[in-house]
Amino acid sequence: MSLRTYIQDHPKPLVWAWELTLRVLGWSRPVFARVGLERASWWLRTLEMIIKKPLFDCQECGQCVLHYTGMTCPMTCPKQLRNGPCGGVRANGHCEVYPEKWCVWVKAWERSARTPYRAEMTRLNAPVDWRLEGLSSWVTHALERDAITTGNDPAVRHADEVLEGRSWN
Amino acid sequence: MELAYSGASNLARVLREGHFAVAAEVGPPIGPNPAVVQRQITQLRGYADAYNTTDNQSARVHMASLAASIMVKQAGLEPVLQFTCRDRNRLALQADLIGAASFGITTVLALSGDHVSMGDHPHAKPVYDIDSLNLVRMMRMMRDGPVFENGETIPKIAPDFFVGAVENPFAPPYEFRPVRVAKKVAAGAQFIQTQSIYNVPRFREFMARIVDLGLHEKVAILAGLGPVRSLKAIEYMRNDVAGMDIPEWIDARFAKFTAKEDLEKVGLELACEMAEQIREIEGVRGLHIMAVNWTAVIPQIVTALGLHPRP
Repeated sequence: MSLRTYIQDHPKPLVWAWELTLRVLGWSRPVFARVGLERASWWLRTLEMIIKKPLFDCQECGQCVLHYTGMTCPMTCPKQLRNGPCGGVRANGHCEVYPEKWCVWVKAWERSARTPYRAEMTRLNAPVDWRLEGLSSWVTHALERDAITTGNDPAVRHADEVLEGRSWN
Repeated sequence: MELAYSGASNLARVLREGHFAVAAEVGPPIGPNPAVVQRQITQLRGYADAYNTTDNQSARVHMASLAASIMVKQAGLEPVLQFTCRDRNRLALQADLIGAASFGITTVLALSGDHVSMGDHPHAKPVYDIDSLNLVRMMRMMRDGPVFENGETIPKIAPDFFVGAVENPFAPPYEFRPVRVAKKVAAGAQFIQTQSIYNVPRFREFMARIVDLGLHEKVAILAGLGPVRSLKAIEYMRNDVAGMDIPEWIDARFAKFTAKEDLEKVGLELACEMAEQIREIEGVRGLHIMAVNWTAVIPQIVTALGLHPRP
């Protein structure tokens, strides 16, 4: 097992790191707003990549949903699916395209149960806004430019209303 | 079952009236020969409520799903336009959907699509600009908004989509599959067509979860039936088609025979046995019959199950 897999399989420290990041981003927001999205991103992007590339094989989408997807990057899925696995997952849980690799969503489902964000498995994630690709997702998140809710469809963000409180977990 | 849809879809009507629905697959040809589609239409006419036209099946180039759907429509039948996210970005998806609606084709099935690496153009760029869930949502927005994906109003006529989605109960993570159906229903799916069922016990477990979650009352589930007539076809599907679960015991049923008529007889019997079992499962609202290169068996199955004539 690689170190990356080990760290992702034990996501508690990643969760603490994210909670801390969120707090720092909250404080930094006025600075980002003054400096502007592009320039703030230019500075922070390098730092974000140094951390996220080795840890998550970050694909630099600029609108990170890691905490919603069990600390597993959905952009590493060959179909870049942000809402769950495709129908091609092999019986052993491996990817249709790369038979030697785990399906990203098999891992996301497993790992999300070990984070406080399990309920986000039923979140309806918006499609990628490709204009944000290559920007720092920390900055886009702090400035609320990432469409990690639902883009132009604010009515439905979660499958909760369909499940009506029935336990799916 | 309550269907929040008042449009013209024949499939929606059949489901609303409480009938057990039948959808049949029409495979567009690899070349531009319309006769292949016409022949299937002639064979299948009257044996299904709606006719699925596949979209570059197995990531191999075929006649466009939309073109085949237009032929089905012009023959006076209802097409189910299968639509993958693999080959089109948001603009192309919406343009084709608007084009389909202009021909009165409004029953659409949203899929991610097999990856290009599985098909005959492995060197092509896979698109996946949006995923199938967001395609479902986009169609709902286009109908109910009526707005495009960018939020802008669609002028004058709203496309009257009856929105379908797919699920594969046979691919891990199994516990996620029913939850994913719930997500698709929240996004706007009104009917679900499943992967071909060969492992009935596994499908039964899946449906039990669907019923637990109350989803069978919110979405019409059409169970996939994939009749086969040879060991070769089974081997092919097991090894080369993504997400198939075909138990070994099925091979044994065919192993004793070599003559074409015998093999076809076994294939028909097997399909009917499975269909009978699937029909009894709570929450199943219809069948979706996919008989690749064996269209002639579909009328036989529908008749044997007592589902002919169609309402």
